[in-house]
Formats: sequence, structure tokens, C-alpha cells
Amino acid sequence: MTMQPAREVIYRHTRIVRIAHWINALCFLLLLLSGLQIFNAHPHLYWGQAGANFDTPWLSLPAFPDLITLPSHRDLAAGRNWHFFFAWLLVINGLVYIAMSLLNRHFARDILPERDELKPRHLWQEIVHHAQFKRITGPAAKRYNTLQKLAYVAVIFLLFPLIVLTGLTMSPGFNAIAPVFLDIFGGRQSARSLHFIAANLLVAFLIIHLVEVVVAGAWNEIHSMITGKFVVPPTTPEPQP
Amino acid sequence: MKKDFLTRRKLLTGGAITLGGLALTGCDGLSASPDFRSFLRTGEALTFSAQRALMLHQPLAREFSERDISPIFKANGTKNPNTPAYNALAAGNFANWRLRIDGLVERPLTLSLAELRALPSRTQITRHDCVEGWSAIGKWRGAQLGPLLQSAGLKPNARFAVMHCADNYAGGPDMYYESIDLIDGFHPQTILAYALNGQPLDIAHGAPLRLRVERQLGYKQAKYLMRIEMVERLDGFGRGKGGYWEDRGYEWYAGI
Repeated sequence: MTMQPAREVIYRHTRIVRIAHWINALCFLLLLLSGLQIFNAHPHLYWGQAGANFDTPWLSLPAFPDLITLPSHRDLAAGRNWHFFFAWLLVINGLVYIAMSLLNRHFARDILPERDELKPRHLWQEIVHHAQFKRITGPAAKRYNTLQKLAYVAVIFLLFPLIVLTGLTMSPGFNAIAPVFLDIFGGRQSARSLHFIAANLLVAFLIIHLVEVVVAGAWNEIHSMITGKFVVPPTTPEPQP
Repeated sequence: MKKDFLTRRKLLTGGAITLGGLALTGCDGLSASPDFRSFLRTGEALTFSAQRALMLHQPLAREFSERDISPIFKANGTKNPNTPAYNALAAGNFANWRLRIDGLVERPLTLSLAELRALPSRTQITRHDCVEGWSAIGKWRGAQLGPLLQSAGLKPNARFAVMHCADNYAGGPDMYYESIDLIDGFHPQTILAYALNGQPLDIAHGAPLRLRVERQLGYKQAKYLMRIEMVERLDGFGRGKGGYWEDRGYEWYAGI
């Protein structure tokens, strides 16, 4: 290590981002698996206020296999225990993250795209670059690229709020407290369908996220999300020690 | 101090078990552990506290219009108690059926179906949400529970209404029962329903009388009511969790 020429190491992720990231990762995984358990109790989705066995679902699926449900055997009661515990943890973690990121300007500095970045020419360049699966190096690697920012904006401000609110709109208690969400989402069964769709989009995000971690350098990326320290990939190959 | 220590230890143990369990054997072992299940159920306690804090003004569940009524209202759970005692009551069109309201009350009540029908009624078109995930909308008519409890006169230590039912689900040894607290008991939409969609309640849907507690899930809507017992504690019934499905792992507060 000491024989290597000076590598540029930056402090990339604040402690709050790192902690929130891993709590969120744990919650999302357990919510997904327990959510599939809950879905299996009635694997049909409807639009509107009501929907039962005699109504026409827009989607009917075979039950998800035991391998990916929590618990693995059919146990709706336990699945609900898991789901609601980690739903609370996800919401509390998310609210702390959002409050801190507003206070310390994490959103403004790192997450929200700048005006120039949203120009079609720039976006097109990034799309081409992504399609080539090329690792970003040098100064450009110190900040999130625009597509990455847009993906984070969509997940933080759209998909997670959507999945939490559609989840709550399935609650008859919450319906009495805030009936407006029944109107916003078009009814309890529509909310259930949107909850399922949002979960699928988050899984799609997760797959792309993990592929990008590998493209960008899995060890460096994971290490930086644990310690905060990120080795900026050099523009020319490092000389071998 | 001792209590705090135990709570913290429980939390730490829960956290350690989570990590260890995930790394080693997955989550099934955890699900089977009663300690871990009770740790997970802090989520239920949070939901209950949060929803009740936001329900201080006793908001109503949404009521729908006639055209929203589901063409077929799915009957779930027991569809016919089919016990000799129940069959005898059904054969007589429930003329000999009586509802008892007793326990921690000043004046126990015994009501026939005709007497219940003669009371002021409430009609509500509401959505029934099964814990499995489906919903159905129906028009219920019945007597509000609150005024009945008032006329029976609650003793100061009465905290829960336990619904004793005529059915033993799936022919098992345990009779169906349910319980609600006084906040739901006195909610205006909490009714003892004897009619569904303008017809006398049929056997599949809980004849002659079922509970409607509209801000909770389907398994709280106890069918085949025989007796409402006012109590201070729930641990003396069934396996002590306050209901048939609660005894089998489901939440007592089914508001979500």
C-alpha cells in the first residue's frame, strides 16, 4: 500500500447517509419478503374501492415460492408482524434522513440535479456512457452523475412516499383518519395495486443500483458506504506496485 | 430500574438475534421464537398508539352509495356453525335466539331479535376488508352498540366487550370470540347488524346478528353473536389474546 503513488481519497458519505442507507437496505429486503407472504394470501389485484373473489382482477399471479417469502411457510400473521415492524423502522429512518438532508443541504448539494445537467445534450451523453458500462473516473467520479441523481430523486421523493402512503391507505383505521387518500389513490384496492407496482419499481431500482455498484467498483463503493471514504478512480491506470 | 434493564436487554437481544439469524439460518427460526415475535409486535403497539392518537375525534369510516355495493359479498370464515344448538335456533327462524349483555354491567340485558329490530337503527354502506387483502362493500343495518351498553350501565372497571359466538371455526374445539375496547364500542358506526343489503342477515354472513366495527379488519366483525360480556381483562378467554385469530398470531388491534 505504502509503495503506491498517492491515491485521492475523499470523504464521500456522511455518517447519517451511511446509517440511513443500511437501515433502509435491511428494511426494504425484509418488507419485500414479508410483503410477498402477505400478497400470497390473496394473489389478485383490482382497481377501485372493492375487490373480492367474484370481481375481475387486472392481475392474478401464482403464489410466490417459499424461497422468497418471509416466513417461508404460509403464515400471514407472522408476515404481517415482520412487515409492520420494519415499515415503522423504514418510515422513522426515512423521516430522519429527509430532515437531516434538508438541514445539512445534502439534497441541494448532492442529490438534486443542476440546471445544466438536465439539458438534453448532457443527458444523452450520460445515457450513451451508461450504455457502455464504463467506469466513471477522475473528478467526475466525485459527484453523482445526472441519471444517478434522477434515480435517487425518484426513489426518495416519489417511490418511497408512494409505497408508504398506499400501504397506509389499505388500513381501515387510517382511512377513517385521512379519507382523502382513498380519493387520491382511487380506493383501497387501487392503493393495494399501486403498492405492488411501487414495490416492483423499487426492485427494478435495486437491480440497477447493484449492477452500477459493480460497474463503478464493488469493493470501493461498498467500503465507502461503510466508512465514508471513497477512492477516486484515477483517469489513467494505476502503476502496479 | 429492573424493568428498564430488562427492556434494554430485550431490545439488544432482539437486535443481536436479528443480525445473527439473518446471517446464519434466515428468518424462519426467528418467526418461531416467541420472544422475537413479541419484539416484532412493538410495530403493532406503535400502530395502535398512533392511530388512536389520531382518532381522538372519533372519525367515521367512509360510507359509500348504493351503486358501490358489491354484487356478491364474499362470506368468509365459518359459513354455517352447524351445531345442534345453532341448527335448532335457525330452524325456528331465530325466534328463540336471545342476545345476553352481561358481565361488568349494572343491569344485564336479554334481547330477542324482534326487540333489537325495534330499537333505533343505523344503516351504513361500508367496506369490509379481509386481512387476506380483498374488500367488499355492503349495506348493513343494525342497532348501535353504544346505547345498549349505556342502558345496561357499565361498571367503572368495564374496559372491553367480549363477543361470544355460536361457531367453532373449522370444527375445532375453540369457539369463535372477539373483543373490542370502549373507544370502538361507543363509536357511532359500531352496530349489531341484523340485515345486509336490505335482507335479513343470512347464515353465511352471520345470522342472526353480527358485529360491525368499521375501522378494523374482517376478523373483528364477529358473526353468530350470542353474548356480549363486559370485562376488565382479556386473559381469561381462549388463549388470552382477545380473539380467535388473535390467539393464532393476528393483531388484537386490526386497524391496519
